[in-house]
Amino acid sequence: MQRTAEQIEQDLLRPLFHSSGKYWVAVAIAASLLLAGVAAFGYQLYTGIGVWGINSPVFWAFDITNFVFWIGISHAGTLISAILRLTNATWRRPVTRCAEAITVFSVLIGAIIPLCHIGRPWLGFWMIPYPNERHIWPNFRSPLAWDFFAISTYLTGSTTFLYLPTIPDFAAVRDAATGFRKKVYRILALGWQGTPRQWQRLEIAMHIMAVVIVPVAVSVHTIVSWDFAMTPVPMWHSSIFGPYFVAGAIFSGIAALILAMALLRKLLHLEEYLRPIHFQNLGKLLLTMSLLWFYFTFAERLTAWYGNSPPEMAVFWESIRKQFAPLFWTMVVCNFIIPVPILAIKRLRTITGTAIASATVVVGMWLERFLIVVPALEHKFLPYSWGTYRPTWVEDTLMASSFGMMALLYLLFSKFVPMISIWEMKVGLQPHGGSPVIATADRQHHGLVLEGPLPTDVAE
Amino acid sequence: MKAVYGLYADPEAAQRAVDSLRAASSELNFKAQQIIIVSGEPHEGYEFTDSHVTSSPYRWAVLGAAVGGTTGYLLTTLSQKSYPIHTGGMSLTPTWTNGIIIYEMIMLGAILTTLVVLLIGAGLPNFKGVITDPEVWKGKILVGVVDPPESSQAELERRLQLAGASQVKQSAGTL
Repeated sequence: MQRTAEQIEQDLLRPLFHSSGKYWVAVAIAASLLLAGVAAFGYQLYTGIGVWGINSPVFWAFDITNFVFWIGISHAGTLISAILRLTNATWRRPVTRCAEAITVFSVLIGAIIPLCHIGRPWLGFWMIPYPNERHIWPNFRSPLAWDFFAISTYLTGSTTFLYLPTIPDFAAVRDAATGFRKKVYRILALGWQGTPRQWQRLEIAMHIMAVVIVPVAVSVHTIVSWDFAMTPVPMWHSSIFGPYFVAGAIFSGIAALILAMALLRKLLHLEEYLRPIHFQNLGKLLLTMSLLWFYFTFAERLTAWYGNSPPEMAVFWESIRKQFAPLFWTMVVCNFIIPVPILAIKRLRTITGTAIASATVVVGMWLERFLIVVPALEHKFLPYSWGTYRPTWVEDTLMASSFGMMALLYLLFSKFVPMISIWEMKVGLQPHGGSPVIATADRQHHGLVLEGPLPTDVAE
Repeated sequence: MKAVYGLYADPEAAQRAVDSLRAASSELNFKAQQIIIVSGEPHEGYEFTDSHVTSSPYRWAVLGAAVGGTTGYLLTTLSQKSYPIHTGGMSLTPTWTNGIIIYEMIMLGAILTTLVVLLIGAGLPNFKGVITDPEVWKGKILVGVVDPPESSQAELERRLQLAGASQVKQSAGTL
């Protein structure tokens, strides 16, 4: 039977009021990882940044890898959601909020990492580019200053993009809740009623936001790539880095989104909403990005190999044949060899299949970020400055805890906010699915009609 | 603020109720602006949902972008001119790198303006005099009159019922 508006509301509000044991186990695991990271960070603060493995010439390692990785993951949400909104892809409805939440939390984690790296986080405000009495004036020529502006804009935009369509759902929770919870949601809903004027304003605002957020998202990861590309380090000083990073970011972002959806589906019992068709469609996107990633990786390395410049070739062979070869080939296996067949063969592109492919991609993309940073810094232009880097347990723990923090924030968010937009799902129940051009048969094909027989005209 | 309203199962019935209330407004001594419509999702293709946006949020977003870009330009150039570092003969206010900051500020301006325009246009935040009903979130459409004259309440209820309301209620208008 097709679900009614009332059933949709009940199903999607249920996780806010009742949680399974599995959910709390997941919260406990994520919280433990985060606490381990807090302890390691406390030890680092007490002892000094020397407890990290970084030293001349490798001053950036796990931290910048994690920074780039999390900023990349952030491309899952807002960018994908905005593109799907702009193209009026109706199957997006159960997916968008899951995606947008990933963006906000991963940008937040990405922004925290430089604070850990500076060693004295209480002086973190020195990174804010404003003229001050210390005569440390902002250098707008520095890619790090660009990062500050880009990430601030992206965080503001992503948070707004997540919050705006959540306001009506906050109002739904407000009217369903009692006591203290009602008071909290009353504030979050800002007094939303649902008048035609409000709906119209919201839809226009979301359209503008979708238009604006796409170039912002692209600019953010391009600017992150310029942290490297503007530096005269072998294999970094390359014009391909902008699009290479953006493609990699979208690739890892989609993988993270699929993993998050698979997790939520089980933990919050959203099987009726996050259906195989959504994983199939996202799986196709992931396949496309896997092929694109391979193309960029090949093009980048082909250019270096063909140029045969000794400093670049030193890094090239270190990655492919020497010290970093195990990591490099693991990356290729994780990003291409495993996901492509799984995602290309329809029979394998199941929920489990796409989740496995996504898990390998997340690992592979972390390795990719690491392999961009460390081999190049270990082998700069002048061989006298070559060195080695080994991460310490503190860096390992902080890296693991960033994953714990992401999982914890995401799980707690799902306890306070409906992870699937209730009102957008209800729009899907309307005769034309909220879109004048989408016929019922198409809606069923796109997984929009949740269950039930085809309409008579189509069945005939 | 109080209201008399009916709950309708489908937008066609809601449209009938709106038409009926509009036709009766002068007779029952209330203004068309006092008619309230509330739904749990947007409905397209009905007269009662037609354009309520008089100013263009798109234009405001462009204006916000222009303000953001100007702010970015002033922030970069004024800072660089106030503290002239040695650039080895290169431009003190480089267009290429300043352009990146200006670009981000343009986008930030558009985002913030869109947010503010939405809040103002949608009348948010508004914690007083909100007419709502839990049934709205179950798919019903609320159509009613805010602060109707005491004398016409009975007739209003009758008209709302005639239009096909599943329930006719009164609200004190508090959350």
